Parts: sequence; structure tokens; C-alpha cells
Amino acid sequence: MATLLIAEHDGQSLNQATAKALTAARALGATVDILVAGSAVRPIAEAAAKLEGVARVRLADDAALAHALAEPLSELVLSLAADYDAIVAPATANGKNLLPRVAALLDVMQVSEVTAVLAPDTFERPIYAGNAIETVQSRDSTRVLTVRTAAFPPTEAGDAAAPIETVGAAPTPARSHFVSEALTTSERPELAGARIVVSGGRALGSAETFATVIAPLADRLKAAIGASRAAVDAGYAGNDLQVGQTGKVVAPDLYIAVGISGAIQHLAGMKDSKVIVAINKDGEAPIFQVADYGLVEDLFTAVPALVAALDD
Amino acid sequence: MKILVPVKRVVDRNVKVRVKADGSGIDLSNVKMAMNPFCEIAVEAALRLKEAGQASEVVVVSVGTEKSAETLRTGLAMGADRGILIKTDAERIEPLAVAKLIKALIATEAPGLVILGKQAIDDDSNQTGQMLAALLGWPQATFASAIELGSDTIKVSREVDGGTETLSLALPAVVTTDLRLNEPRYASLPNIMKAKKKPLDETTPEALGVDIAPRLAVLKTVEPPRRAGGIRVASAAELVARLKETGVL
Repeated sequence: MATLLIAEHDGQSLNQATAKALTAARALGATVDILVAGSAVRPIAEAAAKLEGVARVRLADDAALAHALAEPLSELVLSLAADYDAIVAPATANGKNLLPRVAALLDVMQVSEVTAVLAPDTFERPIYAGNAIETVQSRDSTRVLTVRTAAFPPTEAGDAAAPIETVGAAPTPARSHFVSEALTTSERPELAGARIVVSGGRALGSAETFATVIAPLADRLKAAIGASRAAVDAGYAGNDLQVGQTGKVVAPDLYIAVGISGAIQHLAGMKDSKVIVAINKDGEAPIFQVADYGLVEDLFTAVPALVAALDD
Repeated sequence: MKILVPVKRVVDRNVKVRVKADGSGIDLSNVKMAMNPFCEIAVEAALRLKEAGQASEVVVVSVGTEKSAETLRTGLAMGADRGILIKTDAERIEPLAVAKLIKALIATEAPGLVILGKQAIDDDSNQTGQMLAALLGWPQATFASAIELGSDTIKVSREVDGGTETLSLALPAVVTTDLRLNEPRYASLPNIMKAKKKPLDETTPEALGVDIAPRLAVLKTVEPPRRAGGIRVASAAELVARLKETGVL
């Protein structure tokens, strides 16, 4: 049998979450097809076709599939499901929105946020904000999985391109409509895929100081900016920057936590980073328990000093 | 319009859970339990619609043992009108089973809107609302940060990667709540007393005709690998030197 991986994209380009989820999909041991669904998305299908180990790309190009609405997308995946014994998506906002709908229509219990593939039917996944790791075995005939992308390296592009076959979108009664979107435009790397993340906490004190202290360091390191829940709740940073159990889960090469105390919900979102730096004037803060390098100093002196030291 | 709010009893958010030494699961003996935080937000959202005159009744429902009745009482103390306990002693009830149970209940309750938390903070699955919408053939809006209820549609702003998106759904519909939809109220003492007299009905998976046998076998539960202890650096300059040694800079 075969595995169907649902591509993550924004209508313009293929998101790297796809290449990471592909690594997990290939670990299932069967051939992998990628579904690219959207409106005017052939260039994205062409990018997906170049990824190593992809058997074919199935392209569903239809205006009804713009904006990744869960209702038409789930009907589309369902129409293809008979060809597959595993359906995989990255655990992005889109993947989390779509895949349980597919699973229920197939009468399958989904395995969410897979962090390791132990066998084609056996997986590890974090529970309780990552405070425990559960090994689960699926007894359903089809496996439906979302993949925690931070746990898998991306599959690189290969030498050959897989064939692209078009599929028709199943007509669905339009009971949901896209109205508008407000997306943050930033020159910085995307939080979920960045090599370096600089995150700020409530100790920053205001949205203005959050920007004036964190941004220069992030700029200097070409890093993405993240935030603790407390900083987001206080309005210092946008909702989409929240790192933690219910926000983004990241595992960059370097994570710098600035003025973040380290609640378990925050640690759940970043403790698998390769190198963790904590800067906090409270030496007892729990963030230091996961930090490789801790600097106990007031962030308002430490961060500018860090930017200066990087320039030396 | 009636609003149905499924709620879950989970370990209190402030409890640091312990994994049982034999790998058989989480030690839940003598651990403080509470309503799942996202479910509190869902109850609050429903109550605000009722207080704005847009909903006639708020019904809270939970699946679990007798103790889940306490969680329903919390919802009633916040202001819900009525509770339904789908009583079972089953140790694990998966989101697919919960979605089927709620669907069966909806056949008789016929709400115009279902609001649920986007995920429970115990198993972090983030599935039930989407599954319920699929089984009902209803539209869904997950991860809501704002809702605006019309007469036959609901407009929902959703938290997505990189910002927010607004959808309009035909009713009936399923909405799941994200963190910043609202700040749930605390139940006042008089309301806690009043809640004891509010109707709380019971049914069972058997009565609803739903098979709740788990589809996933949990083979083991272990603690995550611990990070090796770190070191303290004396200055920003030393930090940069150390980071350069690791090759990360």
C-alpha cells in the first residue's frame, strides 16, 4: 500500500513543514504520494515533486480549494483515501484543522503530533505538554497521523522529479466561506522553521520595549522572534508568535529566552531546541533548568551587551 | 438558539504530572482535577452569547465517571442552564468516541451551535471538535479568537500560522476555542450554591448506542529525556564565546 502526505503551503510556495513531515511519512516504509490542493498551485506541486523519495504528486487545482477550508479538503482527501493505508499531514494550523475531520470520516482514531515512528503502526507522541511521552499502536486499518515537524529533519530535494497527476476536487456544499485574513508580513524567518529563535517574556514590560530590545538581537542573528504566553497575553507580541503547549512548538539550533521564567507550558514548546540560552535576572527561574547557557543579569543591560559582543 | 458545550475533566493546569515508574501511565491518585482551560473558554463564550440575547439555553455535557459531574457543576456555576453526564467507567475514551457520543446526543438536543475547547491539556489531541463537525456534516471553525453570531451564520476569526483568518459558517456549526477568545469568569459562591439545584441528567454510551472501545493501544508512557545540566556564564561576552565554541553561531 502507500502513504498520502498532505502538502502545507500558503498558495504561493511549499512550506518546509512538508519536507519535515515527508521524513516521517517515508519512515512508514511504503511509497509516498504528496497531495497538493489549492487554487493555482501547480508551481507548488512542481516543488513537491522534487523532494527525495516522492512517488508521485497528486495535484488538485480548484478555486473551491483556496484558503485550505477543512470541508472541501476533507472531502477531497476522502475521495483519494482508498489508495492509501496511511494519511499524514504536518501538525500545522492547517493540518490540525483538517486531519481529524478526515479521520472521523474514515472512522479512524488519529494519532496527533507524532514525534517518532517506531513501526508502521506504532508511534511516539507527547502528552501533558510534553511531560510524558506515550507509545501508541493503531489498530485501525488506515493510519491517520499529524507530525510534529520540530521532531523531524527535512527531506532534501533529490535528483529526479516525480510525476504530477491531476485529480478533481469533489464538489461539496459550501457551508463555510473565507471572509478575510490578516497575516503578519515579516522579513524575518518563519518561527516554526527558523534556525535561531529569540523569544521574549513578560519581563520586557511593554510592547515598545519588547520591540526595541528583542528586534535588534533577532536582526543581528537573522532569527525569528517568539514570545511566552504571558508576553502575548500582555499584548507585547502577536498571538502567532506564542511558543508553547498551545502555541508553536519549535526546535531551532539556538533558542534564546529573554526574560522568560519558564512555565511548563512554555518549556513544552522549546525544550527540544539544540542549544538553549536563558537570560533572566532571577537566578531561580525554572528556565535555567533546561538552559545550556544561563546568564543571570537584567535583560535591559544583558541583551544590548550581547548585541555588542556579537558585533566584536 | 440552544448552544451545546462539551467539557472535559482534566488534571489542573498547575499540577506537574508524574509518570508512573512502571511505564503504565500518569499517576492521577490524589491529583487536583479541574475543567480543561479551553473548555472554560468555550463555556464563557456560550454564556456571553446568551447574555447578549443571542442564545436561549446553554447546555454543558461531559463524558466520564461520576466525578465528571463536578466539572459539569463548575459549568453550571459559571451560568450554564443544564448539564448532561454521559457516564462511563472506561479508563480511556478517545476523541473519536467522544465525537460519536456528542453526535448521538445532538440527535435529540438539536443545538444551533456547538462550542468546544480546541484541545484538552492532558492528551493534547486537538481532534474532538473537528471530528464532531465531520460526523455531523457541519462546517467548522477551529482555534477561534473572536466570534460574531448572526441569525443563520456565524463569523469566526481563527488563529492560524502567521496571523488570523476570518470565516463565515452556515449554522448549525462547530466552533473550537483558542486561548484569547475571552477570559473565563470565576463562579461566585451564590452561583455555586444555585448550580447544585440546576438539572443534571445522566445517560450512558450504551443508551446512546455508541461503541467507545479505544482504537489506539497505549504500549507505554515514559518521562521525556532530560536535558544535560547547563552552565552559568558571567557575561554577554562569555556567552558569545561559548556559543561560538559550539558552532551554533
